[in-house]
Amino acid sequence: MGLLSKKDRALILDPLTDNNPITIQVLGICSALAITAQLKASIVMALSVIFVMGVGNIVISLLRNMIPSKIRIIVQLVVVATLVIVVDQVLKAYAYELSKQLSVFIGLIITNCIIMGRFEAFALGNGVWRSFLDGIGNALGYGVILIIVGFFRELLGSGTLLGIQVLGDPITKTGLYSIGYENNGFMLLSPMALIVVGIIIWIQRTRSPHLVEEN
Amino acid sequence: MAKKTDNNLYTLFFAIVMVVVVGSLLAFLASTLKPRIVENQRFEKQQNILYAMGIHNNEGDNDVQFISTEKVGEVFESYISNQYYIQDGEMIEDDEAYLIDLAREEALTRNPDYKKRLPLFIGEKDGETYYIVPVLGKGLWDAIWGFVAIGEDLVVKGVYFDHKAETPGLGANIKERFFMDKFSGEHIFDEEGEFAGITVAKGNNDPANNRKQDNKVDAIAGSTITGDGVTAMLRNYLRTYLPYIQSLNQ
Repeated sequence: MGLLSKKDRALILDPLTDNNPITIQVLGICSALAITAQLKASIVMALSVIFVMGVGNIVISLLRNMIPSKIRIIVQLVVVATLVIVVDQVLKAYAYELSKQLSVFIGLIITNCIIMGRFEAFALGNGVWRSFLDGIGNALGYGVILIIVGFFRELLGSGTLLGIQVLGDPITKTGLYSIGYENNGFMLLSPMALIVVGIIIWIQRTRSPHLVEEN
Repeated sequence: MAKKTDNNLYTLFFAIVMVVVVGSLLAFLASTLKPRIVENQRFEKQQNILYAMGIHNNEGDNDVQFISTEKVGEVFESYISNQYYIQDGEMIEDDEAYLIDLAREEALTRNPDYKKRLPLFIGEKDGETYYIVPVLGKGLWDAIWGFVAIGEDLVVKGVYFDHKAETPGLGANIKERFFMDKFSGEHIFDEEGEFAGITVAKGNNDPANNRKQDNKVDAIAGSTITGDGVTAMLRNYLRTYLPYIQSLNQ
């Protein structure tokens, strides 16, 4: 038995598979569409969400017996927004370059429905440690899908991975391009993120038939 | 029995405390960090102006590496020989013209009595004179801006673009090397010698931008509106600045 009990481990592992926030709960789709045209942006977003969800879930869990239920959604929003702004300001002062790269993600993190969803569904009713694990688990589940989608969209759309040309040079026609391969510009457009997510959902449900709802 | 947290008075109390705590936390943070943030922004501006002139620490083909913040003040002074701002048709020399915030100047023009100040920088590199002008426009989501360096031959020598919130991987790519590099050497006058600006064009079919005289560079797939914003801001500002650059260039 390792560091985590079986139940705690399920908090981290379930969102990666049978309870994935994107493919099963279908949350956080908007940011999955918006920023997955490149692998790097997907990774940055995944890391940011892991941080915000871990800390946010801790804060909400600590406050869970004090938050008035009538305004709990507003309180949750304030917590996420404050966290994100604090991080943004500190980065602007001490790591300006990094903050410039992250600036576009700030708005997307605040409005990420997975974060609000986990605050509401889990952190409000569970202890601090379990809430922290749940936050990390769900953020990882989200991040994994983001990175898979980002990988395929960048590879097929631009022929690059993390900005490095892996299929040859499309301008001077080397590598794959020399035999007539072309980048698929469609992959860079948002709808293709949905189709890639759809394919992931299809594969996941084919492999785990118990996820398919009865009609 | 109702929970204590359902009480209206408690709810109000909680809301007030929350607003006060969060508000003072953010206000405290903002005021303590402000000097550092302002300084970082000053360095950034110097770095961006130098970048447009082609003074940077780029190594690989895809890097955008500025002069380091420790050195940038010194380097800026050694390359930028004169700084002006243009106000009401006059050019006024000002050593701190680079601190003028173009977005603020544009916003102030809503007051009809205000005469906006437009900064213009003159740089010297390898015996050549560069005229560097700021540009500002709208992308898809928010502001886009940058600096354009024009040479003595009135051809673009280099650009630097930045944006507030363009889509990562699409419009946000205007600040990537592959896009900015294409502007170097591009002509802003058409074949008849008329001012044409530079159009970010779809279907230009010239990805390496070998045709420098066509006033066009290839657009980024999936970011039409950001590209159109770049076209518009270049056209607006270059047209405004051109008479001053031509008079300085004589």
